[in-house]
Amino acid sequence: MPLLEGKGVTKYFGGLAAVLNVDFHIEQGEVVGLIGPNGAGKTTLFNLISGALTPQSGTIRFRGENITGLKPHVICRKGIARTFQLVRVFPNMSVLENVLMGVLFGKSDGHGMGQALEEAEKWVDFVGLSPVKGLPARSLTLANQKRLEVARALATGPKLLLLDELMAGLNPTEVAQTMELVNRIREQGITVFMVEHVMKAIMGICNRIIVLHHGEKIAEGTPQEIATSRTVIEVYLGE
Amino acid sequence: MLEVQALNTFYGKLQVLWDVSLQVQEGEIVAIVGSNGAGKTTLLNSILGLVRPASGHVTFLGQRIDGLPSHAIAEQGISIVPEGGRVFPDMNVRENLEMGAYPAHAWERRRETLEYVYQLFPRLRERERQLARTLSGGERQMLAIGRALMSRPRLCLFDEPSYGLAPVLVKETFEIIQKIREQGVTVLLVEQNVRRALEIADRAYVLENGHICMEGACAELLESDHIRRAYLGM
Amino acid sequence: MKPGNVNLRKLWGPGLTFVVLALLAAFPLYASAYGLILVTDILMFVILALSWALFSAPTGYVSLAPAAFFGVGIYTSAILGKQLPLPLVVFLGGLISFCLALLVGALTLRLRGIYFAMFTFGLVELIKHFWLWYEIRFTGTRGRFVVVVDQKTIYIIMFVTFVLLLGTTYLIRRSRWGLALRSVGECEEAAAHIGVNVNILKTITFAISAIFMGAAGSVIATRWTYVDPYIAFNPLYSFMAVLMAIFGGISNPYGPILGAVIFAYLEEILLTRFPYYYMLIFGVVLIITVLYLPEGLIGLVMKLRKRMAGGQDALA
Repeated sequence: MPLLEGKGVTKYFGGLAAVLNVDFHIEQGEVVGLIGPNGAGKTTLFNLISGALTPQSGTIRFRGENITGLKPHVICRKGIARTFQLVRVFPNMSVLENVLMGVLFGKSDGHGMGQALEEAEKWVDFVGLSPVKGLPARSLTLANQKRLEVARALATGPKLLLLDELMAGLNPTEVAQTMELVNRIREQGITVFMVEHVMKAIMGICNRIIVLHHGEKIAEGTPQEIATSRTVIEVYLGE
Repeated sequence: MLEVQALNTFYGKLQVLWDVSLQVQEGEIVAIVGSNGAGKTTLLNSILGLVRPASGHVTFLGQRIDGLPSHAIAEQGISIVPEGGRVFPDMNVRENLEMGAYPAHAWERRRETLEYVYQLFPRLRERERQLARTLSGGERQMLAIGRALMSRPRLCLFDEPSYGLAPVLVKETFEIIQKIREQGVTVLLVEQNVRRALEIADRAYVLENGHICMEGACAELLESDHIRRAYLGM
Repeated sequence: MKPGNVNLRKLWGPGLTFVVLALLAAFPLYASAYGLILVTDILMFVILALSWALFSAPTGYVSLAPAAFFGVGIYTSAILGKQLPLPLVVFLGGLISFCLALLVGALTLRLRGIYFAMFTFGLVELIKHFWLWYEIRFTGTRGRFVVVVDQKTIYIIMFVTFVLLLGTTYLIRRSRWGLALRSVGECEEAAAHIGVNVNILKTITFAISAIFMGAAGSVIATRWTYVDPYIAFNPLYSFMAVLMAIFGGISNPYGPILGAVIFAYLEEILLTRFPYYYMLIFGVVLIITVLYLPEGLIGLVMKLRKRMAGGQDALA
């Protein structure tokens, strides 16, 4: 049984198909990339999985259970966490409080405040933000705000983590550090599904890549297969 | 054309820029590279008059422009393509572009400029009546560049033009920047995609912790060990 | 920094609160009749402002509904006051407001920004006119007389309501619930995606804040002896609650309290001494606050305290 499975997932905005009849599956322990031109429907697909949007047709199953159309907070508590393409931290809360929110609300089982704080500290440390944990999130650089979103998502105890353009706006050295972070997340036993435009990162860490174009899945395969696919080069990579 | 001299800028008590100086000659593409938080955006904002520097000055075409309000600086012929393709979400494509022609000298010639922008980005003409919020990331980026060009700038600043773009579009964006230069617009470029930036620029400045720590021709910088290690991930 | 200093500074707020509460509790023993009435009035405004801030300050949802719940409380008193003892009437006034707020909240808390504010404003007018229609159509009256209660009882019940509200505010603020409310104000979408059930959270908190508005209405109605829908559902009470809270500052609960005390006291003074100018003076005070004290009075107080503390550190 796949960890996450979508069948015929479709979402229209007005008359325009943002995601059209997409089938996909993510296996436990994988890192799967989702690529495609801007406007191909990648973020919409993430919104459908995480419950921000409801598909007009199709089903999404998580660990065998139908989660189509459930509310975001319910899906989060079932074990799917996400980050956002445009960062959405809680700007006036401290770094630690941001992560604490994830620990306190992201799990179905309750937590004492002391224990929750300890766990929040652990995740702040995991993404390397301990030195700034007391600062308000708004004062962080963009790169660090993205890391903070990762820590907050991890704090909800996910089995599956959706990362939406984590590497955007990072220079190659920062990209390398972030790739290392994704690898450490995988080592925690967390499955990763990531939208990314930075090819070096996608090719370097993904087991499998799914390509969307105009809302439809046009290719799927290993990084090598994708890198050499004629269609993908044409619509996405450029020669 | 643009000269920044010994600029010091603070946010509250925190000094973000330390004695930053740079020059841009007419017709050049000059890149500013550096990691997140190095002060690149602050530098752009200081040039644009959005942040007031504590000391130092900025001259454009021989005239001091530091201390001038932002709209006056725009009138002088400097425009910006903001990070992440920020446009007016509830205006349609054409309205967004016309907003760009707000400076008086540009307003008179807006039809002509619009035609030029549509030639550069045929996609925008197709989407003329569409609200900007419904555009894809790449189209929004085109719109942001188009809007900046509508003011008929002499100097165009780009803040992270490749941010969040698919590889195909990154390539296209950089081609467009080169094309803009061929049309006689000088370009100052802030960019995280250091390799690409150094490939299309003539010269570059490296900003670290608010200091300019290196400058030079791009070909030389690409060979530098420090650049390769810190910015190219090699 | 010595640890003793830190503790003292931390105790400053709760200590002061305790002293003030003790003084207020004993107030009927030594107050004049006028003093009792004045302080009851002030407490009423404090309850309105503080309960408004309970929901609206952290979430950023500007509610103009206080007058609706306040009016529901008033009418609960007018209708049931003859049959039931006042504490029970006040409890019922709170309960009915709570239920109404649950319903309204469930329907409207999807609305954001100006739309939510407009709806809540409309709610006051809607209830007023519905009630006018109902009274004329079915009971054949327009106004009602409210049973009279002695000033001390009114004061004590108002004070107890205030203490309960203060306790509720404190408990919510220091719990994970308070953190969740803030997260809704900061970024509602992100809050939902990390497991916060934002709709339930907003609706329940909105309804809890309505309890105290309704209760305050039920108490004060007994002082007014006569009410009609225009008196009971007067949108001015919504505006007063919002203005007092913002004037005082909404970054912590002391702000709305401070704002309401000063505002209500000023109103009393100005109304008696400068009856023709008092609205004008109010307007000027408000404009100055918004222009020069965006964080409200409490923001100014905190800034001064920080400066003093900073000065001490510099000396040490």
